[in-house]
Amino acid sequence: MTVEIRTTGVKPLRNTFEHIARRFGDKPATRYQEASYDVQPTVNFHYKPLWDPDREMYDVRRTEVVMADWYALKDPRQYYYGNYTTTRAKQQDAQDRQMEFVASRDLVRALPEGSVKTLIDCVIPLRHYEFGANLNCAHMAAYGFGSIFTQAAMMASADRLGMAQHLSRIGLLADGNTGEALAAAKQQWMASPDWQGVRREMENLFVVEDWFRSFVLQFVCADGLLYPLVYNRFDTAFARENGSVLSSLFDFLVRWDKESNRWVDACLKVVAQESEHNAALLKAWITQGHAEWKAALAPLADRMMGEAGGEALEGVSEDFKARVNKLGVEI
Amino acid sequence: MSTQPVFIAFQANNDTRPIIDAIMQDNPGAKLNEMPALVKIDCPGRLVVRRETIEEHAGREFDLRELQINLISLAGEVDESEDEFILEWKS
Repeated sequence: MTVEIRTTGVKPLRNTFEHIARRFGDKPATRYQEASYDVQPTVNFHYKPLWDPDREMYDVRRTEVVMADWYALKDPRQYYYGNYTTTRAKQQDAQDRQMEFVASRDLVRALPEGSVKTLIDCVIPLRHYEFGANLNCAHMAAYGFGSIFTQAAMMASADRLGMAQHLSRIGLLADGNTGEALAAAKQQWMASPDWQGVRREMENLFVVEDWFRSFVLQFVCADGLLYPLVYNRFDTAFARENGSVLSSLFDFLVRWDKESNRWVDACLKVVAQESEHNAALLKAWITQGHAEWKAALAPLADRMMGEAGGEALEGVSEDFKARVNKLGVEI
Repeated sequence: MSTQPVFIAFQANNDTRPIIDAIMQDNPGAKLNEMPALVKIDCPGRLVVRRETIEEHAGREFDLRELQINLISLAGEVDESEDEFILEWKS
């Protein structure tokens, strides 16, 4: 007797959801595509929002920027809930190990007294900056248009809360878990002249209604200057005198900045390329935001790095200009 | 250069989709054969798998050695670097 083994392929009738197939054709879609594209409702809004009766619940007119298709704002990291949470969970484990290592040897409190004070005065207040950024991201997620953007904004919002906590933990490492460093840092944020520029700009950002403008000011202008200034320039200067303990605690923040910028840059580029109207808006917003944040950070740069502060801020500002010019926004 | 066909076959799953898309994009002569649970890519002469293109499709950093996890079979002489994985018949 002969046995013939044959394989039979069963072709699926459809490869993905219909709304995804309309966009990408009927072929297997990635999880990111299935979880992100055209998820937000666009029709059948029966009730106008009472707080904004001239607009719909989801409305493209909440920003001055105009896009033919808001789903062009793709996140190059392709984060959707599933892979975002797995990635962050892994990174949190790594960060926890760094923190434990530093805590078990009490490396922060072993620093010279002046260095610990610099840390408390110049870095720990940034947890208030991160809380502010958390609020701004939530605003973008709430009023933005297109699930592909709003989901990334919501994830960023969670990231900012996490980073505020990282900074708080660094504060607790500096004061032996008494919370004194956090109270002192809050005092800096509230009262020290060095911080009032940053605090004022952050509070001005809270009342920006245009959600894309809010995105540009927070992620491009504020983070674009503050992150390289603190987590790169200041960190290098601090490490020169105190060793690399702070660098190891900043590890996640630095990686996050690099990773997040892939998303920010992609969004900025797409919007700038869409039309001259958009490019002109971005140019105006970024020119103003860059000038305001640079001025706000100047006293802080001096406080952090002394005489080298001004030079460091100039360097960061030049890098910033080069970056946005490359993305199609001439400033 | 030899035009004898080379091929590479992967399991058909969510992890290999960006790899397959990248290979199809970089190799105009490649032919995609979808079989049950398996994808075989045939190409006359030479087939290049490029790290950069896979990263673009996957949205993350990719180490070319990750290919091996879902690799079923291949034919051709392998020339491997950090950026490219090349299959061709050299003689």
